Amino acid sequence: MADPVTFIGQWLESILAGWGLSSEWISVIMAALGVVVLAAAVLLVDIFLVWVERKVVARFQDRLGPNRLGPFGLFQPIADVIKLLLKEDITPQGADKFVYNLAPILALATVILLWAVIPIAVTVVGSTINVGALYIVAVGAIGTLGIIMAGWASNNKYALLGAFRMVAQMISYEVPMVIAILIPVILAKSMSLADIVQSQSVWYIVLAPIAAVVFLIGAQAELGRAPFDLSEAESEIVAGFHIEYTGMKFGLFYAGELLHALTFGGLFATFFLGGWRGWGAETYPILGIGYFFIKAMFMYWVIMWIKYSFPRVRIDQMLNFCWKFLTPLILTVLSITAILDKLMSGVPYWVYVLVMLFSNLVILYFVYQAVGRYARKERQKVADPEKVKVNFRVRSSTSSQAS
Amino acid sequence: MLSDWLFIGLMLVIAPIFPIGAILIPRILAPKKPSPLKSQTYECGIETVGDTWVQFKAQYYNFALVFLVFDVEIVFLFPWAVAFNQLPLYGVIVGILFIEVLVIGLIYAWRKGILEWF
Repeated sequence: MADPVTFIGQWLESILAGWGLSSEWISVIMAALGVVVLAAAVLLVDIFLVWVERKVVARFQDRLGPNRLGPFGLFQPIADVIKLLLKEDITPQGADKFVYNLAPILALATVILLWAVIPIAVTVVGSTINVGALYIVAVGAIGTLGIIMAGWASNNKYALLGAFRMVAQMISYEVPMVIAILIPVILAKSMSLADIVQSQSVWYIVLAPIAAVVFLIGAQAELGRAPFDLSEAESEIVAGFHIEYTGMKFGLFYAGELLHALTFGGLFATFFLGGWRGWGAETYPILGIGYFFIKAMFMYWVIMWIKYSFPRVRIDQMLNFCWKFLTPLILTVLSITAILDKLMSGVPYWVYVLVMLFSNLVILYFVYQAVGRYARKERQKVADPEKVKVNFRVRSSTSSQAS
Repeated sequence: MLSDWLFIGLMLVIAPIFPIGAILIPRILAPKKPSPLKSQTYECGIETVGDTWVQFKAQYYNFALVFLVFDVEIVFLFPWAVAFNQLPLYGVIVGILFIEVLVIGLIYAWRKGILEWF
């Protein structure tokens, strides 16, 4: 009874075999059952994420949050779902109906698809394909498509502008984030997420702290959460790409965003925090599920913490930060990690870990110096107004030439 | 191995059923009283002027082009990262040179002002 999930699976298989089904059909039925159970479990967690999100933001803002329905307001999200199901569904005039309806389906379905390859425990994993990391990147990119479809098909200027901003942000931050995923792949020498978790006898956040932070920043931007919530700037373009969506279609975007945040928490846990690894998780896989969800929820909480603590950045700052800072930084880290990994092929593991950590710290020191120099230059610009004026004149003359 | 891809295939079929169901249920439950005023485009309470699909900044296009270059690069780097154990040191250095060529491309775009937002 150490592993109830495998036990239930074998029990069901024996029942199906008792009905005289061939082994191919048994594997198809078992896979279909697994998909339905996984998707239903993920969506059930998703419904309660609404409660978690509202409760946590309330605590950050010194409020109580939902506390009327049921114990600690736990039934609030169920009431919300029933309300959304009963709302009238308005399609704006001039909308492209097919694309307009397809966009929210893509927004939620792609996030559910991501959970197919995330190892939740040693035996509880949907699919152990050997291109897991590439699958994560590929399926994650379909979410961008859903957003541009929503903005384009709504026949609304705000929606279109919001979608453009969001897509510019998502494709820009995808570059450093995907290269940050490459570093655990190099350390584990495998793209399969199960192998990446198995090889983390030391968590990769120790070996590659810079990659972990870059992945977290990229996740924040991919989610469109503050400080990168330009697509939902209420004072400029209201709700952005989902402004024309009402009722359950809006609910699907909202659920998709919340579940995406938890998925990024889970991916961070898988790539950098050792996934389901923990004390006794090998022999009792049910413990692994607990460890995984503790780590994933902790990272989800960190994402919320950043969201509710930072002000919004401007679009040029957002793009500059990605292309002129994060991308060169992560490419440098990738090159140095690759070289060091090759040079240290024979050394003991603890030396390997220490050298990796030390190389990251050295890079961090130089980055700190460079950022400090840049900040001093910016401060000088503000302190010396003459200089600022000259800069402004130069910039305006170049922009008039450009246009 | 094949059953792994079977799982992904079934997931592709079954995962959209949940959101499609969530969209179809309100068709039965929700009230339906459409009116021309209700379905108008929302724009701060003022009637919308002109075409919706307005001209947008060309910078979005520039960033998309730079992104495309880097995305293709990353797809090439994934097999390099997986085959790391079999590679000699020479192979690793060639891979890094490949990255540096693209860094030079990034610096070129930077110097040419592609990465500026006016």
